Amino acid sequence: MSNDSTKFTRLPATDAERDDPERATREAVVEFWTDRFGVPAAAFADHTFWERGAGKIWLYRGEPPSPVDIEGLGMTFLRTRQEHWKPTLEAVQRFGGRATENVVHLDRAQAATFVAGDDQELDWDGDWGYLIVTHDLAGESEPVGVGLYVYGELRSQVPKGRRRDL
Amino acid sequence: MEPLGRYRPIVDDFDAFRAACERPLPSAIRVNTIKATVDRVTAALEAAGIAADPVDWHDRLFVLPEASAGGNWPYFHGWTHGQEEVSAIPATVLDPQPGERVWDACAAPGSKTTQLAALMDDRGEIVATDNNLGRISALRTNTERLGVTNVAVTHEDGRNHSLKPFGDAGYDRALVDVPCSCEGTIRKNPDALEDWSLSHVEGVAGVQKGILTRAVQVTEPGGTVVYSTCTFAPEENEAVVDHVLEVEDCELVDYDLPLTHRDGITEWDGASFDSSVTRAKRIYPHHNDTGGFFCAKLEVTG
Repeated sequence: MSNDSTKFTRLPATDAERDDPERATREAVVEFWTDRFGVPAAAFADHTFWERGAGKIWLYRGEPPSPVDIEGLGMTFLRTRQEHWKPTLEAVQRFGGRATENVVHLDRAQAATFVAGDDQELDWDGDWGYLIVTHDLAGESEPVGVGLYVYGELRSQVPKGRRRDL
Repeated sequence: MEPLGRYRPIVDDFDAFRAACERPLPSAIRVNTIKATVDRVTAALEAAGIAADPVDWHDRLFVLPEASAGGNWPYFHGWTHGQEEVSAIPATVLDPQPGERVWDACAAPGSKTTQLAALMDDRGEIVATDNNLGRISALRTNTERLGVTNVAVTHEDGRNHSLKPFGDAGYDRALVDVPCSCEGTIRKNPDALEDWSLSHVEGVAGVQKGILTRAVQVTEPGGTVVYSTCTFAPEENEAVVDHVLEVEDCELVDYDLPLTHRDGITEWDGASFDSSVTRAKRIYPHHNDTGGFFCAKLEVTG
């Protein structure tokens, strides 16, 4: 049951079912989203969680037998096995609309700066760390991606391949 | 344009056909209903000053007469995906339902895969296969941007598709949108016919037969297989379907397509095909001002 970089291994439900002490559990992954961002656990009720490579968690709407040796399983979702767990931009765009905590709302110009991959000074009196960044689109708030807030600055975490001048 | 001359005997108003093939196509987008609604996309494009003309036969498609598909906020959010009208036909015809198991045999770069996922409301299981790692990377980028979570990606030749990773479970439906000589994409890519040769057409037809055969084999009896190409060549269209009718237990079924089209042909270049291939449909550029396409719907019987 060692961690294999080519196979997807389903996350154990809880600590009690865990062989690899470093592997995240389903319970901990869901708790991370509810505790830090207020996304209800029900948002993930129909999904299974998988690890491929150290700490790279994927989210899949299906239940194949574990492990599964293929190229991709659903979407990349979360980075674990580091001090601060980090959601992916894709996960935030898909599920971050239900977040109620650690959400920073930007105006259009600030959002464009963020999507271009640039850091910016920002007043924020909440927690430091990874935040869900939102802006208004078509009359409603919409999640854009993940920012890292430290020392009065919002650091864009938009992956290079997703950056755009908008 | 020489390769197209061979279709003079089967295309009505050949001069109009040839003229349409020389006109460029505007970009088009599909609304990704996994992340947005048609209304929100329309509002976001309007706010950005991007003109979007609805397509009359498909309520999730829009033509952008003056803009490219990417480079705008709705695209960044994965609300939209660049996809030509005719490219939206096969997934619509396959009509997958939420909760089903579907095989997408030649999936990259994923326009049709993500359309299948949206039609299934991101529920059920789509196994998306491609034999090229570079194109799989593009497929993964697209499924992620569009927020799809029910797609599993496999790297293999569709002719030898394995059911093993999923416990040998078969499929309810399969989409077989095969690599082809791409004659129908000439309006989008004027270089499409530069390397055209009859030997390439015949070679790729062999691959197409292999993939379609495998798709019928892995689909459960009563299940649906849709075969499509973006080319006019009967060797890659009716002849391939005729082949699978001979070697596997399946039959061609009729379907509605609210676009002007012509029936599949039963004779070509001295060969004759099963009479049911007329249930397949040919889409020509001069009829609906689109690209060219071929689409056949099969039911697995055995």
